This record gives sequence, C-alpha cells and structure tokens, in this order.
Amino acid sequence: MYRLTTRTRAGTVTAIIVPLFLVAALALPAVASRGVIQDLFFILTMLTLAQIWNLLAGYGGLVSVGQQAFVGIGAYAMFAGVILLGWNPVLAIPLGALAALVLAVPTAFFAFRLQGAYFAIGTWVIAEVTRLLVAQWKALGGGTGTSLPREATSSILGTDAVRALFGVREAAARDIMAYWLALVLVVAVTGGIYWLLRSRLGLALAAVRDNVDAAQSVGVDTARLRWAVFLIAAAATGLTGALIFLQTARISPSAAFAVTDWTANVIFIVVIGGIGTIEGPILGVLVFFALRSALADYGSWYLMTLGLIAVVVMLFAPKGLWGLIASRKGLHLFPVRRRLTGPKIEGGI
Amino acid sequence: MIWLDTLVQGILLGGLYALFAAGLSLVFGIMRLVNLAHGDLIILAAYLVLMGVTLLGLSPWIAALIAMPVMFGLGWLLQAAVLNRVLGKDILPPLLVTFGLSVALQNGLLEAFSADSRRIPVGALEGASLDLGLVTVGIMPLMTFASAIVTIIALNALFYHTALGRAFRATSDDAVTAGLMGIEPKRIFAIATGIAMVVVTLAALYLGMRANFDPSIGPARLIYAFEAVIIGGLGSLWGTLAGGIIIGVAQTFGAALNPEWQILAGHIAFLAVMLLRPRGLFPRAVD
Amino acid sequence: MLETRGLTADYGQFRALFGVDITVAAGECVAIIGANGAGKSTLMRSITGVIGNAPGMVLHRDEPIGALSSAEIMKRGIAMVPEGRRLFPSLTVEENLLVGGQARKVQGPWSLDAVHDLFPILGERRKSPGTALSGGQQQMVAIGRALMSNPELLLCDEISLGLAPVVIRDIYAALPRIRQGGAAIVLVEQDIGKALAVADRVYCMMEGRVTLAARAAEVTREDIHSAYFGVAA
Repeated sequence: MYRLTTRTRAGTVTAIIVPLFLVAALALPAVASRGVIQDLFFILTMLTLAQIWNLLAGYGGLVSVGQQAFVGIGAYAMFAGVILLGWNPVLAIPLGALAALVLAVPTAFFAFRLQGAYFAIGTWVIAEVTRLLVAQWKALGGGTGTSLPREATSSILGTDAVRALFGVREAAARDIMAYWLALVLVVAVTGGIYWLLRSRLGLALAAVRDNVDAAQSVGVDTARLRWAVFLIAAAATGLTGALIFLQTARISPSAAFAVTDWTANVIFIVVIGGIGTIEGPILGVLVFFALRSALADYGSWYLMTLGLIAVVVMLFAPKGLWGLIASRKGLHLFPVRRRLTGPKIEGGI
Repeated sequence: MIWLDTLVQGILLGGLYALFAAGLSLVFGIMRLVNLAHGDLIILAAYLVLMGVTLLGLSPWIAALIAMPVMFGLGWLLQAAVLNRVLGKDILPPLLVTFGLSVALQNGLLEAFSADSRRIPVGALEGASLDLGLVTVGIMPLMTFASAIVTIIALNALFYHTALGRAFRATSDDAVTAGLMGIEPKRIFAIATGIAMVVVTLAALYLGMRANFDPSIGPARLIYAFEAVIIGGLGSLWGTLAGGIIIGVAQTFGAALNPEWQILAGHIAFLAVMLLRPRGLFPRAVD
Repeated sequence: MLETRGLTADYGQFRALFGVDITVAAGECVAIIGANGAGKSTLMRSITGVIGNAPGMVLHRDEPIGALSSAEIMKRGIAMVPEGRRLFPSLTVEENLLVGGQARKVQGPWSLDAVHDLFPILGERRKSPGTALSGGQQQMVAIGRALMSNPELLLCDEISLGLAPVVIRDIYAALPRIRQGGAAIVLVEQDIGKALAVADRVYCMMEGRVTLAARAAEVTREDIHSAYFGVAA
C-alpha cells in the first residue's frame, strides 16, 4: 500500500515537455541566425559545466575551484589529437574526457588529503600547476597557444551534411555541429546526473551530505563515493572543455585554464540558480546570460556585480532563486527526493 | 657562490610569503574559515598604501600605519556583517561567499585602478644592499624577513600571553562554552579578522615596495599563502614561516634554472611536501 | 532573583520543556532532580542562552533575559558549570580559570588565589593542559572557572556525573564555602541523596515538566518517588 516514490506531478509534466523541447532545439538551426546558435552554444556548455559543478559541490560536498584544470586539459587533449595525431576534431573530443580522467587521479590523490575548506584551494593549485606545465608544451604553442589547422576545421565530421541541409557557409555549419553536440552533451550530463541521483549512488550521496558519520556507520564507503563523483565530474568537464575549444578553434593556456570563465562563472550560475538542485543551474544560466548581455558594455563592473550578487544570494537566499520558487510553490521539475506515498496515517505516535 | 646567493634570496622571499600566510593562518586557526579573498585583500591594502603615498605624499611607512586601522575596520566589518552570518557546520557558504568577494574585489580594483602595474615608491632603499662577505643581500628583502619574524613573535605573544589570546584559543576550542564564559564568539571572530587585515597591510606594504602589482595578482598570493600554511602544518606560525621559506627557495632555484619555472617550482615543492608529509612539517597534536 | 515563567524549549520538531516555572532567591541553594531526559540540562541551556527563548520566559532581577546571548547572561552574574565540564583543551589549568573571570570584572570573594585555596590541586597543576587532569580535578577546574567571575548565581549541571564517590565527596565539600561567598547555587543532579543533603529547596522534573517543588527538609521519599517516576511508591 505504501511505496517510496520520487514522482511528482510537475516531474511528470517535465517528462512530457522536455522531449518536445529537445526536438524543437534540434530543428532550431533551420530558422535561427548564426549569432543565436553561438549564444545557445555558450549557454548549453555553461549549463553543462554548472550541472557538473553542482554534482560535485551541491551533492558531493566537494567544493572545487580548480575545474578549469579539466576544461583546459580536455581542450588541449583534443587539440593534441588533431594536431599531433591527425584525428578528426569531433572524434578527438573523447580524448578530452580521457585526459581529464587521467589528470583527476593525481588531483584527487592530493586534494583529498586536504581537510574541508582547504580542499578548494588545493584543487586550484593543481589547476595552476597544470596550466604552467601545459604552457611548456611547445608542440601546442607553449604559452601563446595555437589554432586548429584549417584543413582540420574544414573537415569536421558532419559539416558537409549540415551545409547541404541548411545551405549555410562552412563556418556557420561548424557552429551548428558544435551546437548539436552541446545539446547532446547537456542532455546526457543532466540526464546522467538525474539518473545518478535517483540511483543507489544518489541515496548514498544524500546520506553523506546529511551526516558523514551516520552514513559511514550504515555502510556507505564515503572515500570511494568521493572518488567516484570527482572522477565522473572530471571526465565530463574534460569532454565539455574539448567541445568548447572545438567551436573557438583557438587555444591558449590562459584561455583554457581561466579560473574566471570555467570556475567562477560556473559557481555563480549554480549559486544564483540554486545549489543542490537540477533546476537551479538551468535557471542560473539564464540569469547569468541575461546579466552578461545587459552588462556586456561595462567591462569589469559586470564580473564585480556577478560576484556581489552571488554573495548576496548566499547571505539571504542560500538555496538560490530556484530554492525561493520551490519553497513557495513546492515545485520539483526534476524530483530526486524519495517520498513515502500511500493513505494518510491517522493519529500520532 | 651563485647557489648560496640563490638560497639566501629564496629564504628572504619566504619571509614575504610568511607575511601573506600569517593572516590566513590566524583566521583559520580561530574560526576554521578559509578566506578565498585573502589575496585580493592584500592587493586592496597595497593600493591603499599606494594612495597614501601618491595622493597624500606620505612615506610608505606612514601610509601603511594609516592603512592598518582602516584595514582593521574593514576586516572587522567584513566579519561582523558578512562572514559571521555564514559560519557554521557547512563549509560551502563561507567558501562561496569569500569566492564571490574575491571576484568582486578583483574587478572592483580593476575598475578603480586599471590593469596597469603599479609600485610603491621607496626612494633610495629600493636598490640598497648589504655586503655580508659571501653574499650581498638587498635591504628591502632583509627588512621583509625581519618584519615576518617580528610579526610572528608578536602574534604568538598575543595568542599565548594576553586575555584576548586566551579568548581566541577558548573560542577556537569550543565557541558555545566560550559564550558561557562571557565571550561573544562573533565579536572575537571580528577582532581576529581585523588583526589578520593589519598583518595583510604589512604584507601588502612589502609586496608593493619590492615588486610591481596589479589587480589580477591576488589569487596567486592566496595560493602561496595557502601553500606556506599547509607545508608548515595548520596552526603553527613558525611552521608557516618554514613553509614560506620552502616555497621561496624552490621559486628562486626554479628561476635560476629557467625563469619560466619559477612559479612552477614553488608549486612542485608544495606537492612534494604533501606527498611526503600530508599533515605538514609541524602538525599540531589536535586539530 | 532568577525566575522562569512558562519556559518552553524545542529541538527542531521535538519539544523538550513544556512550561517550566522555577524561582531561585539570592543566596539560596536549589536542587533540580529528575531522571535522564527529564529536561534538566535543557533547562540550564535555556537559562544560560545556549538555546534561544522568548524574552519574557526567563527573568533575572525582574528583567527579561530570555533573548540575550550566553555572554550577556553570564555578564549579569549567572555562571555555568556545564555538563561534561567542557574545559578548553588548548588552555592550561590556570588559563582555564582566568578565562572564566576575564569577561566580567566585579569585586568579590573569588580570585585565582581563592580558587587555589578551595581546590589546592589546581594550584599545583596550574601549568598542565586542562584536559590532562583526572575527571574529578577537571570538575574542580570547571567549578573554579565559573567562580572566577564572582557570580551571584552558579548553575552546576551534573557535577557528580561519572566521578568516584570519594571524589564527589570532595567536590560537594566545597559547596558550603561557595555559599559562604554569597552565590546562590542551582544543582542539577541525578543523585537525589547528595542534592537533598545540601539544598534548601528542590524541584523534580519529569518529561519536560516540573512535577514537584518543595523545601528539601520537608520532602518525603514518597513525594520524590512519585515525582521522579510518575508512579506512587
């Protein structure tokens, strides 16, 4: 009669609307301008990074400020695949995940030795070290960076088909390919995290988040859990980094390992939207993009404002904008909490 | 002889890093708070001192003396109005708030002072050096190192021989029971952050007199400070000095081999210590 | 001097006190007895501001203090010997004593010397870390620490808990001298015999309520038994 469920009415609505939305998004390049596609590519990749960071910090309690290490190494691995191995750029993207995974092992080894808050700066140190080492990699341009060779960008898988389909120029076709890949990636990452949170791993994460000692006493292996979350997040971040720099087709250590772009902005998206929810980063990235567009002409005022907004949100609405909405309306589009359903229990204990 | 010279330069540079780290160590020791804006606050203090010198025509020392109470007030206010509200069992809110502050401060400074490199003018002292026979050392690095030692002695005296220091340690041990002793933990935290900002001002003075600075270099100072604290072992200021010296020596030797390796060598020394002594060189018995 | 009026306290959803009324007069010794979980310690935590209350629920000299912080309440002269002693591990014995007196500086009978006179072992071990002492000695430090502020009211939460009988005897032997100094004492105890022997009045608590309030000299075994366990003897 009683059963545990994560189903909510809004969640069911989500299950219907999301596929429709995706079909529309896939078809969008037929009508949208190249500028819109580029903006959407930016939004989708930032959303992917935000969902991953949210998994790390919001669900896993691992506050990393060194995610730029994985964006950067992922991007550089893709460039290495293209320039040094002569791979097609699209096929070289998975190299980004692989390289990030390889980097994540020593990173976790060092950073997990640091207690609590010091973990955050520890990850930052590793990112700096990685950036400085990559800047020594002369074959990929050293400190000044390099571009994808012309013949590689023009031969990106699928661009010919896109050109034929939409009748656009090669550069625009490349943006459309990148946009589609970003769409696939954001759905895979968001869906993957959603699935993860509803699995046994998600239950263990929730237990650890509530009380580490209690979780350990009921047999949750917290050390393994932290490793698993960190490695998964690193691989996904590396993949995203590779895709981001496939679209820009130019790389340098300072751009690929930028703490502002790949970690600060991502943290602000999650904090403003609502940490520890799947809906939060989605809302956050929209607010972020709106602010960015509105304040684009004001230079560093923009980042200053963003930083201050994040501070104010943490002080007065620590669950972010989505937290405000969810608490007022009880709305859960991506329900992950397990609730007991069945006839109302009469009487008290 | 060149190697001896490099070694001495590195040790003296360690004094600067110990000054960066002392404030961070103090705040962490008392309230388990890691302030990610620490490096940017150093840069803010450097601009404050610079303004005293360029706008008011003061000597850097006087300008720093004036900047110290200003920074104390700022630290006090930051703690009382912002950080005290997010301190708690969950480490996420204070980390995110200080990270937001770091980005806001960095970009605020950029807007106010532009990205140009600046330096605090010191006149004749700048190039002055002392011939010690085997090596020649700059007066400025020597003063930095001496200041680091004096600062550590002063902070230790404050910690272990005053009523305020007792209150610091009691609050760090057990804030609830400290409250029962008539100590307001939040007030203690605000004073501690204020004191940390005074040390930050001293660090900023030497940073600005010895080398060029601009709004973007704060996070790197935070990282050096953090490395010095971790190498030394949490809670020991003399350990922090040792940590600063290790980073400083690694950096000068790295730079002697190849200028591009200076920063990298410091980080690698840190990682090596982490590998061999995960709790640092001088860990406290209890955390 | 101290009074609680309909004091309630909650831990989240769980209510621990249901309208507790007690009074303590100046110089008086009051025992609060009750089984584990009766709400005695919660009462102490409420009075000392560790748990926040509505302002009017706790009155000190007829002024509401329920909303004050622990530190403000302590500075009014209400000192606490917390359950489990709670010495500061990074402070020496002497520093533990000094930290108790540094926030409230009033004239009175208690000083470092007076505490050393009361518990001579604390003078001998003054440079030891507080937590290096035996349980009984730590309890002496905790009492001395509270006395250092020359309080007008001393709240003692389970000062005999976990100690050997001979040690408990030593500690209780100090109570008359503390009363001579003028402080009122509230003793929270599970050891009914010990508490009744020194107290003027006694409150018994059960499940977050006061079930008995009487003069210690007049109370009978049967009264206590029914108030303590909720059943007649």
